Amino acid sequence: MTQQQPILELKNVTSAYGRIKAIREVSLKVYPGEVVSIIGANGAGKSTTLMSICGVLHPEQGEVWYDGVRIDGLASDLLPARGLCQVPEGRRIFPRLSVEENLDMGAFFRKDAAAIDHDKNRVFQLFPILQERRKQYGGTLSGGEQQMLAMGRALMSRPRLLLLDEPSLGLAPLIVQQIFRIIREINEADGVTVVLVEQNANLALKSSSRGYVLETGNVVMEDSAEALLANPDIRKAYLGE
Amino acid sequence: MEFFLQQLVNGITLGGVYALVALGYTMVYGIIQLINFAHGEIYAAGGYMGVILISWLFAQGFPPFVCLGAALVLAMGYCALLAMAVEKLAYQPLRQSSRLSVLLSALGMSIFLQNGLMLTQGVYDRAYPTEMVQGGFELGTVMISYMQCIIVGVTALLLVALNVLVYKTRIGKAMRATAQDKTMSALVGINSSRIISLTFAIGAGLAAAAGIMVGLYYGSVRYDMGFVPGIKAFSAAVLGGIGNITGAMLGGLLIGMIEVFAAGYISSEYKDVFAFIILIAVLYFMPTGIMGENVDDTRV
Repeated sequence: MTQQQPILELKNVTSAYGRIKAIREVSLKVYPGEVVSIIGANGAGKSTTLMSICGVLHPEQGEVWYDGVRIDGLASDLLPARGLCQVPEGRRIFPRLSVEENLDMGAFFRKDAAAIDHDKNRVFQLFPILQERRKQYGGTLSGGEQQMLAMGRALMSRPRLLLLDEPSLGLAPLIVQQIFRIIREINEADGVTVVLVEQNANLALKSSSRGYVLETGNVVMEDSAEALLANPDIRKAYLGE
Repeated sequence: MEFFLQQLVNGITLGGVYALVALGYTMVYGIIQLINFAHGEIYAAGGYMGVILISWLFAQGFPPFVCLGAALVLAMGYCALLAMAVEKLAYQPLRQSSRLSVLLSALGMSIFLQNGLMLTQGVYDRAYPTEMVQGGFELGTVMISYMQCIIVGVTALLLVALNVLVYKTRIGKAMRATAQDKTMSALVGINSSRIISLTFAIGAGLAAAAGIMVGLYYGSVRYDMGFVPGIKAFSAAVLGGIGNITGAMLGGLLIGMIEVFAAGYISSEYKDVFAFIILIAVLYFMPTGIMGENVDDTRV
């Protein structure tokens, strides 16, 4: 797999909010078909890394390459059509759009009506509760349902690279299991490459092939998921042992 | 009773026009949280474009409906472009600035546009060819002019069209999504600058139609005609709950009614005062308005 061209590569990316640098010279590579985790404590710069990839935050230094094209400096609204999609922290459902309208927004840039309908049915198959609540405002859903809707909305764009920010945050264990089962399914069945940002390192690494560890804005470790899970320092710092 | 019904008809006519203007305030507020003080001037520009076009077309001998239809479409298009230019020049460069800067820019634009109208069109009233549509009919004891029918009909048509656009179409959904969360809407591929520009264009189109209809109703336009109705429509938007589309329609109708009834039963000298009393009362007792929810949660 490592012989391939990476689908996503960050080269020494530094991003800041105002004068406060949130990540420093972060470099990482993601290869097609992988699930890669970025783990780290609160405030380590995980979300900032994703926002820097998606053009919500423009890096001060460094380069972001996606699918052979340099994308740092591109406006974020150009990326979904290229197959790069993010489910951001807090899910960010449109609260006063119905569930179905939220899904429609995921396919905003697409013109292929028949295929959009097909994808919507697929999302309803993956998450039957969304079909039941189709006409309800997104803001009235429970946290778990909102996470499902956020993922469904992302799938409506037919992503090739999906960035997931804390998909387990604040959810009941059973729902978390369901969400992670579907993450594996879209990875394995649809071949979607996934970058997973999680505080729940155990869960994330068990679903991943590789992982990066972020600490105060720096990548401090990079290894296969198995090796990270076995590493005593990681176990102590992030797996609660 | 007769007087009451007559005033009711007049109130609906005027209220519909206020609703059209109020929508422009509320939609722009919903999407970028700006009170667009230049909106009244766009309405005035529409009124002027209407008088120019209708006079010319009518003089060429076109039938009234053709004159009116063509003038409406062209003036709405013209004002849409004008508002998009204003947004691009005066508001877009300030997108990252404080809200106060944009507000001041809007005030400046209002003065600029009003003076532009004065310089190009003169300071005197300009008469609409009201002889174009004359007469009316009696419904029971109430006198309804054909002009009122046209005004109410066009207003209703535009309000329905706007509702369909905002709630049924892909672009309308994108407008609501952008109003609710700009970062997320960018992440699904919506270009928010384009949506904002479109919102200004739609609001301006509705204001232009209102300007023409007020011109037809009162028979003339003036360079500063946008100021007072602008503030009244703003009051209507606040009364309905700023940022809320249904609220703006409702608020517009209410303000129109209140004004007409106050003029009829209390004093026509003070008719302008009532809209402002309502504005103050709403801001004081019920700042979120009729349809408003939480202050940071009431957009489009």
